[in-house]
Amino acid sequence: MNIIKTSVAVLTLVGAVFTPQETLASGDTPHAPKQEWSFNGLFGTFDQAAAQRGFQVYQEVCASCHGLNLLSYRHLSGIGFNEAEIKAIAATVEVQDGPDSEGEMFDRPGIPADRFVSPYPNPQAAASSNGGKAPPDLSLMTKARLGGSNYVYGLLTGYADAPIEFELPEDGNYNKYYPGHVIAMAAPLDDESVEYTDGTKPTLAQHAKDVTTFLAWAAEPEMEERKRMGIKVLLFLLVLTGMLYAVKRKVWEDLH
Amino acid sequence: MDTNNMHPVMKWVEYRLPVFSFLDHSLGTQYPTPKNLNYWWNFGSLLGLVLVIMIASGISLAMHYTAHIDFAFNSVERIMRDVNYGWLIRYIHMNGGSMFFIAVYIHIFRGLYFGSYQAPREILWMIGIFILLAMMATAFMGYVLPWGQMSFWGATVITNLFSAIPVVGDSIVTLLWGGFSVDNPTLNRFFALHYLFPFVIVGLVVLHIWALHIHGSNNPTGIDVKNKEQDTVGFHPYFSVKDLFGMGVFLMFFMFFVFFAPNFFGEVDNYIPADPMVTPTHIVPEWYFLPYYAILRAFTGDFLVYQVVSLGGLLMDAKLAGVLAMFASILLLLFMPWLDGAKVRSCRFRPIMAMAFWVFFLDCLVLGYIGGKPAEGIYVTIGQFTTFYYFFHLLVLVPLISRLERPKPLPESINASVLKAAE
Amino acid sequence: MSDTATPEQSAEVDDKSKRDFLFISTAAVGAVGTAFAAWPFIDQMNPAADTLALSTTEVDLKPIEEGQSITVVWRGKPVFIRHRTAKEIEDSENVKTADLIDPEADADRVQKPEWLVMVGICTHLGCIPKGNKPGEKKGDFGGWFCPCHGSHYDVSGRIRKGPAPKNLPVPSYSFLSDTNIKIG
Repeated sequence: MNIIKTSVAVLTLVGAVFTPQETLASGDTPHAPKQEWSFNGLFGTFDQAAAQRGFQVYQEVCASCHGLNLLSYRHLSGIGFNEAEIKAIAATVEVQDGPDSEGEMFDRPGIPADRFVSPYPNPQAAASSNGGKAPPDLSLMTKARLGGSNYVYGLLTGYADAPIEFELPEDGNYNKYYPGHVIAMAAPLDDESVEYTDGTKPTLAQHAKDVTTFLAWAAEPEMEERKRMGIKVLLFLLVLTGMLYAVKRKVWEDLH
Repeated sequence: MDTNNMHPVMKWVEYRLPVFSFLDHSLGTQYPTPKNLNYWWNFGSLLGLVLVIMIASGISLAMHYTAHIDFAFNSVERIMRDVNYGWLIRYIHMNGGSMFFIAVYIHIFRGLYFGSYQAPREILWMIGIFILLAMMATAFMGYVLPWGQMSFWGATVITNLFSAIPVVGDSIVTLLWGGFSVDNPTLNRFFALHYLFPFVIVGLVVLHIWALHIHGSNNPTGIDVKNKEQDTVGFHPYFSVKDLFGMGVFLMFFMFFVFFAPNFFGEVDNYIPADPMVTPTHIVPEWYFLPYYAILRAFTGDFLVYQVVSLGGLLMDAKLAGVLAMFASILLLLFMPWLDGAKVRSCRFRPIMAMAFWVFFLDCLVLGYIGGKPAEGIYVTIGQFTTFYYFFHLLVLVPLISRLERPKPLPESINASVLKAAE
Repeated sequence: MSDTATPEQSAEVDDKSKRDFLFISTAAVGAVGTAFAAWPFIDQMNPAADTLALSTTEVDLKPIEEGQSITVVWRGKPVFIRHRTAKEIEDSENVKTADLIDPEADADRVQKPEWLVMVGICTHLGCIPKGNKPGEKKGDFGGWFCPCHGSHYDVSGRIRKGPAPKNLPVPSYSFLSDTNIKIG
C-alpha cells in the first residue's frame, strides 16, 4: 500500500528531525538516571507497600514544609488503607471549620472528606518562613517536572558536596540534578530518617524510592484504572478494526 | 432513491422532509466518488470524527470546569481525581487537540500534493484554511483554561502579538485582556469563546462539505471524472466502510496516547499553577504551533529578509514584521489556487513539483523543530533560513515550477489509471 | 433440470450468507463499542467522589432540649430534628393510622420515640414547612404547616390536611451513640 510506504518515509523524517531533542534545556544539569519503577510500562501498578511507606515518609518529613492540597484523606484508599485507618489518619489533624452559629471559626478533628492540611495558612506565610520562596505543593510533583519520578528520586538522593570550582551561595545546597545545582531545600532525607513498621531497611535510597512511589500515585491516582481500561479498549478496537477491514475487503471485492 | 420500497414510517417522513434522499445523495449510494481515492483521503472523515469527540468531551468538561483564576486549576484536578471518568474525558479532550492537528496537517499536505485546491475547488480550499484558523484560535484559548504556567504565559505571549500593531496595538491588547494583564476577565472570556468557536467550526465544516459536494472529491490522478459509470462508485458502501476502517486505525492511535502516554504532547510546566510573577525558563507553545512560532522568532533586526521587506527597517520594526510573517504564512495558503498556475493538478505527474513539495514538507518539520528550541546560536540561523525558504517556496518556486514544468502524460481516465495500476 | 441448485449457485448463496454474517456481526460489535464509549460521558453527570464523600452528616443531639427542634443541612436539604415531649409521643401514637392520608404508624417513623428525624421538604411542591422554630405557625395538628399551599403535618410529620400526598420523608440515619446520629 502506497500510504504505508509514504507514512514510513514521513515518520522516519519526523523522527530524524526531532530525535536530537535529548539536548539539555537548562545549562549543564544532567538528567537524573532512570530507575526501575513498579508503575512503569503498559501493565505497571503502584507497589502499595512502598506507597504506604512513602506516605509515612511524607507525613514525618515532607509534610512539615510541603502541602499536598489536591488530595483528600479519603483518597488514601487508593494505596490500600482501609476506612478505619483513613479515619484515624484524618483525625490526627486539626481542620479549621465554621463559622458556627455564633459566627466564630473553630477547629475540629479532620474527617476523610477533608483535604490534606497544608503546613502554612497561605503561600505568603510559606514563602516568608522559607527565605522568600514557598516550598511547592507536592500533589503533582512527578507530573510537573521533566523526568517525573526519576527526577524526584534523583533530587532526593542527589545531594553532594559542591565541586571545588563551583561557587555555592551561602544559603544554597548543592544538588546534582536540580537545574542549576543550587537548591534552597537542605537534604531532607538520610538513612534512618523514618522508622518503618514493616521491617524494611530504612536507607536513604529506600526512603527516596518509597516517597517517590507515593508522590507518583498522588499525581496520577487514576493510572492503574487507566492502564487496565486502556488494554481492554485497545484490544476491542483491534478486533473491531480487523472486522471492519474484512468488511471493507468484502465490499470492494465486487469491484475488481 | 426508490421511495416505493421504504418502510411506511420512513416514507411518511420522506414525503415531508426528504432526509433519506438527502443523506443518500450526500453520504450514500447516490454520491459519486472517484474510485481511485487512496487512504490519504480518509482524513476528512477522521477530522469529522475528532470534531464530534472534541465537542462531546468538551461539553462534559464544561459541566465541571470553573472559569475563575482561583478555581480553574483545582477544578481541572477535581475532574482528574473525583469526577466519574473525569480523567478519561479530560485526557481524550487534551490529546484530541493534538489528534485534530495531526489529522488536519495531513489533510492539508494531501491537498497540496494532489492539487486539490485547483479550479474548481478554490472556495472549498479557502474554507478549509479558515477552518484551520478557527481551530488554532480554539486550541489556543482551550490551552489557557487549565490555568497552569504554560496556560498563563502562552496567553501572555500570544495576546502581546497584537501589541505589534502600530498606533492601536496596546489598546487592542488591553481590550483582549479586559484589564492590564492576563487575568480573571481574560480567562473568563477565553472560556466563553472556547465554547463558542467549535460551533463556528461546525458551521464552516458544513460549508466545506457543501462546496466539496458541488464538484466532488479530487483524486490521486487529479484528472476530472469523465464517465460517471466507470470512474466513480457510490460513497456508500465503498467509502463509508473504508472511512470506518480508517477510523478504527486512527482511534487505536488516539487511544494509545489517551491511556498510555496521556501527557506525551503536553508540557510539564502546565501542571504548575499559573504564577504571574514567575516565567518558566523555557516557554514553548503546543507542538502544532511550533512552525509559526519559529517564523515569528526568525524576524530579528539583522535578518536579511526583514531588512529587505522593511526597506532597511524604515517600514516597520522587526516585531511587527515577525507577527505579519506569522499570519502571512497561513493566509498565503489562501492564494495557492493562483500561485500554482499548472494545468495538471496531481504531483504524480509533476516530478519537479513533487520534489519541491517534499523539500517544503521537510522545511515545515525543521521549522517545527526550531520553534521548540531556545532562540540562540545555530538555531537562529537555521530558523531564519527555513523561514526564508517557506516563503520562497510559496511565492517563487510554486509559481515558477508550475508554469515551467512539463508534466508527464496523464492517464486517459480515472478508470484507465485504476486498470493500469492493477496490472 | 434437477431441483437442487447447481454447485455455483449454492456457493454463491453460501458466500452471501457469510457476507451477511460478517456485516451484521461487525455492526453489532461497533454498536456495543459505541454504547460503552457513551457511558463515561453520561456517568460524569452523576455525583463525583468528593460530593459522595460529603453525603453523610453527623449531628450531636445533646444541646436539643425537650420540646425543641433544630434544622440541620444534609445533602443541601433541611433536616428537621425534634426532641419530642412525652405528650407529643403519646398523641402521635394514639392517632388511628387508617384515617390518615398516607397511613403510617408513628413507631415506623422513629428509631427512638423522643427523636423525630425527617427531611423538612413539603411533599407537595418542595417548600419548607413552618413550625420548626418557636413562634412559627404549627398548623392545625401542632406539628408543621406549609405556607405555600396550606399542608398541615402532625408531630410525627404525617400529612393530615391539605394538598400534600405523602408524609415528610424520614432519611436513613443511625445512632452512633445515645446522643449522636449520622444521617445518610
